[in-house]
Amino acid sequence: MSAVLVFLAVVIGFSFWWLYHQKVMEKPWLERGVHTALPETDVSGMPTAKIALAVFLAVVGSLFALFASAYFMRMNYADWQAPPMPRLLWLNTGVLVMASVALSCAVRAARDGQRALVRLGLAAAGLASLVFLAGQLFAWHSLAAAGHYLDVNPANGFFYLLTGVHGLHILGGLVALARSMGRAWTREVPAERLRLGVELCAAYWHFLLFVWLGILVLLAGWAGDLIALCRQILA
Amino acid sequence: MVDATPRSHRDVPPAEVPEVELYHPRSWWTTYVFSQDAKVIAIQYAGTAIAIGLVALVLSWLMRLQLGFPGTFDFITPEAYYQFITMHGMIMVIYLLTAIFLGGFGNYLIPLMVGARDMVFPYVNMLSYWVYLLAVVVLAASFFAPGGPTGAGWTLYPPQAILSGTPGGNDWGIILMLVSLILFIIGFTMGGLNYVITVIQGRTRGMTLMRMPLTVWGIFTATVMALFAFPALFVACVMMLFDRLLGTSFFMPALVEMGELLRYGGGSPILFQHLFWFFGHPEVYIVALPAFGIVSDLISTHARKNIFGYRMMVWAIVIIGALSFVVWAHHMYVSGMHPWFGFFFATTTLIIAVPTAIKVYNWVLTLWRGDIHLTLPMLFALAFIVTFVNGGLTGLFLGNVVVDVPLSDTMFVVAHFHMVMGVAPILVIFGAIYHWYPKITGRMLDERMGQFHFWVTFIGAYAIFFPMHYVGLVGVPRRYPEIGAEAFMTAPVGGLNAFISVAAFVVGFAQMVFLFNLLWSLRHGREAGSNPWRATTLEWQTPTTPPPHGNWGEERPLVYRWAYDYSVPGAPQDFIAQNDPWPDRPARRP
Amino acid sequence: MAVALILVLVVLGSILFHILSPWWWTPIASNWNYIDHTLVITFWITGAVFTAVVLFMAFCVFRFRHRKGAKAAYQPENKRLEWWLTVVTAVGVAAMLAPGLYVWAQFITVPEDASEVEVVGQQWQWSYRLPGEDGRFGRADNRLVTFENPLGLDPEDPAGQDDIIIEAADLHLPVDRPVKMLLRSIDVLHDFYVPEFRAKMDMVPGMVTYFWFTPTRTGTFEVLCAELCGTGHGYMRGTVVVDTQEDFEGWLAGQSTFAQLLAPTRLGAAGP
Repeated sequence: MSAVLVFLAVVIGFSFWWLYHQKVMEKPWLERGVHTALPETDVSGMPTAKIALAVFLAVVGSLFALFASAYFMRMNYADWQAPPMPRLLWLNTGVLVMASVALSCAVRAARDGQRALVRLGLAAAGLASLVFLAGQLFAWHSLAAAGHYLDVNPANGFFYLLTGVHGLHILGGLVALARSMGRAWTREVPAERLRLGVELCAAYWHFLLFVWLGILVLLAGWAGDLIALCRQILA
Repeated sequence: MVDATPRSHRDVPPAEVPEVELYHPRSWWTTYVFSQDAKVIAIQYAGTAIAIGLVALVLSWLMRLQLGFPGTFDFITPEAYYQFITMHGMIMVIYLLTAIFLGGFGNYLIPLMVGARDMVFPYVNMLSYWVYLLAVVVLAASFFAPGGPTGAGWTLYPPQAILSGTPGGNDWGIILMLVSLILFIIGFTMGGLNYVITVIQGRTRGMTLMRMPLTVWGIFTATVMALFAFPALFVACVMMLFDRLLGTSFFMPALVEMGELLRYGGGSPILFQHLFWFFGHPEVYIVALPAFGIVSDLISTHARKNIFGYRMMVWAIVIIGALSFVVWAHHMYVSGMHPWFGFFFATTTLIIAVPTAIKVYNWVLTLWRGDIHLTLPMLFALAFIVTFVNGGLTGLFLGNVVVDVPLSDTMFVVAHFHMVMGVAPILVIFGAIYHWYPKITGRMLDERMGQFHFWVTFIGAYAIFFPMHYVGLVGVPRRYPEIGAEAFMTAPVGGLNAFISVAAFVVGFAQMVFLFNLLWSLRHGREAGSNPWRATTLEWQTPTTPPPHGNWGEERPLVYRWAYDYSVPGAPQDFIAQNDPWPDRPARRP
Repeated sequence: MAVALILVLVVLGSILFHILSPWWWTPIASNWNYIDHTLVITFWITGAVFTAVVLFMAFCVFRFRHRKGAKAAYQPENKRLEWWLTVVTAVGVAAMLAPGLYVWAQFITVPEDASEVEVVGQQWQWSYRLPGEDGRFGRADNRLVTFENPLGLDPEDPAGQDDIIIEAADLHLPVDRPVKMLLRSIDVLHDFYVPEFRAKMDMVPGMVTYFWFTPTRTGTFEVLCAELCGTGHGYMRGTVVVDTQEDFEGWLAGQSTFAQLLAPTRLGAAGP
């Protein structure tokens, strides 16, 4: 359970830091009046949706950290073989990076108020994500064709499981992306709202790219090597 | 006294108030069924939880019939008995307790107590309820599936959970259970994000974190924990579904069942246990922390005294929440995991007893030199302390690794966790319903029915679970549909089991009186007024009772003080509401 | 008034039940009386805390119940008192934890001279294996389980030939000799539980778990399964007989080895 414990240690550390800055050491019965925790208002000035996305991504992160923990624990058993790594995955990674880059461009364009560029960025990101999903499906297909079925080895099981869960998250993100695209193509939507939507999409995509890189590291066996190295250093 | 209002903020601009018009519902459907009002969603959550909880109550009767009078009821086969205990446990822990504390009380109280008009994402909040309802329907459907519901025990340990030696193992039972849990987690995550973000972002002007009532602190911390604990159950469920349906071997080692070598191989049942308890232990506190918070407010309000050591109470909640993630393997001392873990987990487990004990001290010290009104909520709070202290202390037996060895998997464990996370939190739920019913409906619950309900429930539940510890001490293992007078027993337990069963039927009957009271008082209860308990917190200060969607009329309240200004020296009354600027005049609004 | 009285009665009733109850743990038959001692220490400490807290609460309810014109004190916190309570609690917790960890260290340290016995659980019966004359167990694997080879021993492993197989029958152990129980399962989780021995441990398919103890008195003891293992869980019983050394050896002489059990099938296979 080491992976998820490290992850949660970070979450708990951040929570304590936040709580500390909310004056949880003060004696509230000695204060009266419309006390304000922050100079201007009691709640932070960040858009609520951004904070919500941050919390949600932390939860998604713990989900993948748990999968990683399970992966590490299952790895120690005798029947483990390294999972298959189709070449296609590297191409897919490139496509997912392109989606992230496109969304970054869209964010910059939204900040500058260039709606046409925003549209282009969003469309490119959506297209790239669809290509990524198709690529993942094709990777599954080629693996199955080569006889690497789900139940042959636990590593195969994890391969399908992790790529599947990650793909479902991309699919969920595409719904949000579609809504943002709807806004980008509607003239009446104020630039402020469009920008927020694009920024949220971009953050989500960057996060999922990060998760995907983590999965790659896990499946390629680098994570195992890293842990072995750490153990050697400790021992 | 420090005047916390900065000079430049003397004339406080109103917080950004969304249009009140937004909160006017458009039709009957959107008002009562597909409502986005957190208060309606709360009642939907609570109603669904109580309805499925009644199923769990009936199941507990059935298993007490078997345990108290073994061999008398032919229809209770061992298969049926295991299905009863599994569904009873799962319903109570997840679908009743978690749902009613977070989905029910969380939805109703958080926006009102922090002075918000609604949750921050009302639409997602509504979806959360409907996904929860779907999860409950899937769960209930397993009763009618071929092979019946799963009988794997609420811990669902593989390999037996998905094998034919267990009811529902190679049928639909286990699949529906896992799917239902996955749905529950998805639904909960939608709601949970709302509760957390509403506390972070939805508070009204002046409502700093340290001015929040402990109820909000308890629910808030429990929700954060649940958001990070439930994914562990999610992972465990998904991987077990893969093992069951797709033939992977995540949890399944090579094994021979009924003389036949199965196609599984190499997996680890212990891996499942780690994942399950990584969720399962925080789950105990997910149920306990809201109860801690609510009971603090009940005691303070009805003893007319501020909660003793408020800061300690807040810190204890947060520290318990954090520590509860590093104690999970104390459920696995005899699971066959590496024995060295025992040292670590016994130590962390006993450390968590310290902040918990502090909370107990502060509750009883709040009573000291108070002005104790023995109202129904107060009675339930007192009963909570008795049962929680009892159940918490037996936890010290089970948490201390070597003492756990003889006691684990005996009825002592069953008695312990029922006392500490069954009886105690449910007593708080009752207390809370008696306390907030007047706000929800505008009428008081009937006092005489309430007194009857309280005494039968408290004394009866204690009479069920206190002697049950001794059944375990004798050595009777849990999950045995029957056990006779065995040679190892110092005295036969049959009579004691029959007594416990009779007590269980009586306590169950008293709950029918409670349900009747809930319905009867809707029409016939005494009119409550807006603040019958003369409480300080914001939910009692709404302009109308019951509060409509949007809660606050034209303007959200401004908060001038913490939640516990009871019996303040020099004040005109024995309470000062949080939005009461006394002794100043209200801040002017521009 | 009545409420305070009932709270006092709850405490008194609990204590009386504890003292008068005939339901208590069964007399011990192993070396783990340390566990019983730790349990008794825990009982004293927790009993005292329970009594103190509930009686204090009863007193408060009696003394500070609402009267006309009464007013509660205003006291947000008392740092000194809270720190004192914290320290006292920590000391009490440590007083339970320290002996607990000390005994746990003994529990997981198997003595050098312990003899080994293997317990094999399957739905829903107990089988056993003793290492035989060479004092070593042969290799075993669930994949090798057949009707003739119920414990899945490797027929190729010479160390396993003299292993003594006791299928679904009583296990005998010599008194006063430490024994390490190696636990294995053919199918699902089980838990080898003899109340008189105090020790128990899950048996997990795919791995070998263990615990050790020294039987301290002769007699016949019932084995129960303490981990839910399917519909027959409550009926999965066995018997352990603790013998004097002579009786044990007499019993041992009458058991068959793996090679003997396999012999008839070999003959059958050699036939026409």
